[in-house]
Amino acid sequence: MSDMAIEANSRPGIERGYRLQWEPAQNAHVLLYPEGMIKLNGSAGEIMKRCDGATTIADITADLERAFATTNLSADVLRFVHMALEKKWLQIRP
Amino acid sequence: MAANPSLNDSAPPRPGPPRPGPPLWLLLELTYRCPLHCAFCYNPTDFAGTGAELATEDWLRVLREARALGAVQLGLSGGEPLTRDDLEPIVEEAHRLGFYINLITSGVGLSEARLGALKQAGLDHIQLSFQDSSKQMNDFLSSTRTFELKSKVAALIKQYDYPMVLNVVLHRLNIDHVEEILEMALRFGADYVELANTQYYGWAWHNREQLLPSRDQVERAERTMQRFRERVGKQMQIFFVVPDYFESRPKPCMKGLGSIFLTISPDGTALPCHAARMLPGLDFPNVRSASIEEIWYRTESFNHFRGDAWMKEPCRSCPEKTRDFGGCRCQAYLMTGDAANADPVCDLSPHHHLVTAAVARADRPDAAAQLDAGEKPLVFRSERNSSTLFPKRDGI
Ligand code: SF4
Ligand code: SF4
Repeated sequence: MSDMAIEANSRPGIERGYRLQWEPAQNAHVLLYPEGMIKLNGSAGEIMKRCDGATTIADITADLERAFATTNLSADVLRFVHMALEKKWLQIRP
Repeated sequence: MAANPSLNDSAPPRPGPPRPGPPLWLLLELTYRCPLHCAFCYNPTDFAGTGAELATEDWLRVLREARALGAVQLGLSGGEPLTRDDLEPIVEEAHRLGFYINLITSGVGLSEARLGALKQAGLDHIQLSFQDSSKQMNDFLSSTRTFELKSKVAALIKQYDYPMVLNVVLHRLNIDHVEEILEMALRFGADYVELANTQYYGWAWHNREQLLPSRDQVERAERTMQRFRERVGKQMQIFFVVPDYFESRPKPCMKGLGSIFLTISPDGTALPCHAARMLPGLDFPNVRSASIEEIWYRTESFNHFRGDAWMKEPCRSCPEKTRDFGGCRCQAYLMTGDAANADPVCDLSPHHHLVTAAVARADRPDAAAQLDAGEKPLVFRSERNSSTLFPKRDGI
C-alpha cells in the first residue's frame, strides 16, 4: 500500500481495525488499534480527523488552510500522510 | 496510640507517590472457566478456589466507572470469555461508552451466530490464540481437539471483516515450529501474528523446566522469523516477543504497576497486573465494595509500587529505573521471594544467576531427554489440578 504513489487526489481513510476518537481525559485525539493506542499531537489529530476515505488530500489541505487561516500546508500534509500510511494508520483504497 | 499524638501531628506528611494518570487500559478477566488446558496458562494456579464471578450488572458498572476516569482500551479475556453468555451485552455497553474493544479468545465457542451478535454489539477486534501449527502439537499442548475448530474460527473472523490477529505462545515444545506456524498464519490470511514467548508465572511458572527453550532454539526461531518477514513483507506483520530470560535488562513491565493498566479478575478483585494477585502483603480491593476511582487513586495496594520509594538497590540508585521500573514485580517475587527486588532478568541484580542457571539447564544437550524421561511431568491447567495441587491458602 505504501508503495502506491500518493497524489493530491488520493483519498486516505483510517485503516481497517483502527479508530480515531477525541479523548477528553487526555485532551487529545487518540488513535486506537489492536493492542495499542497513540496519542496524536494537535496537527496530526487535525489531519487524521479529515481522512474519511472520501476527501482528497488536496481538499483536506485546503480545508486545513482555511480552518487555521494559513497557506502552504501541502508539503506538511503529504509528509504526514506518507508517514501514516507507512505506519498503517491510514490506508488508500484503490 | 494516643500516647504521643503530637509526634504524628508535627511529622511532615510522607511524600506520597506521584498521582498517576488514568487507567487507560482496562482488562476484564470475565471468568476463569476455560475449555482448554494450556500448560503455559497465565491464570493463577489456585484459580479453582476463587470466589463467585461478578454478575453482569457489576461488569457494566465497572465499565462505566472506568470509562468516566478515562479508560479507553478494553481487553475482554479469561479464562475463555465466550463461556460467559452475557458477553454480548457487556460488549454493547462498552461500545456505547466509547471503548475500543478487544476480545482475547481461544475461539472455542465462537459460532457464527455469536460472532454476528458481537459484531453487531460493536466489538472492534479479535485476537485468536493458537497453541501451534501442527494439529497434534496444538491438541497436545491445549490438551483438547481444537485445531480444526480454530481453523474454522479463523475463516469466520475474516468473513466478518475483522483484522486477523493470531497469537501463538512459544515455548520449548513448539518454538522449533515457527516456520510452520507462520505458514499457517499466512494461509489463514492473518494480518498480524504475535509470536509471544511464554512469560513464567501462573501455570507456566510451575512448568518452567519443561517450557523454557534453549538459547539455540530461540536464536533459530528468530532467524526463521526474520527470513519469513523479508519474504512476505507488509502483507503480514510479525511481532516476536523475545523471552526475557535471554536478555540482560528486564521489560518495563506494565510501564510500572499502577501507571496505566487495571485488571479486574473474575471475582471482582482489582489488580495492577493480571498476575499481581500472587504478590504478598497487598490487600487488593474488590469492585464489589469500592469504586474504580477509589481503587485506582486511593488504595494502598495500587499506590504501593508507584514511584520508586519501594525500590531496593541496585534499582534505587540506577539511572535506568525510569525506563524499566525495575522490571516485573511478580518475576522478582517468584524468583527471589521479595517483590521489591530487581527483576532477576537484569544482569545487575544479585539474583541474576537464578535466571542464567535456568537457561543453562535448558541449554544442556541432554535436557530434552531428561524431560522426556518424565522426571517432572507437565501439569496441564484444569479445575481438578488447581484444587488438588494448588489449594487456596487460608485467608486468601
Ligand atoms: S492460556 Fe489456555 S487454558 Fe489458559 S485461559 Fe487461555 S486458552 Fe484457557
Ligand atoms: S538495576 Fe533495576 S532499574 Fe537498573 S536496569 Fe536493572 S532492573 Fe532496571
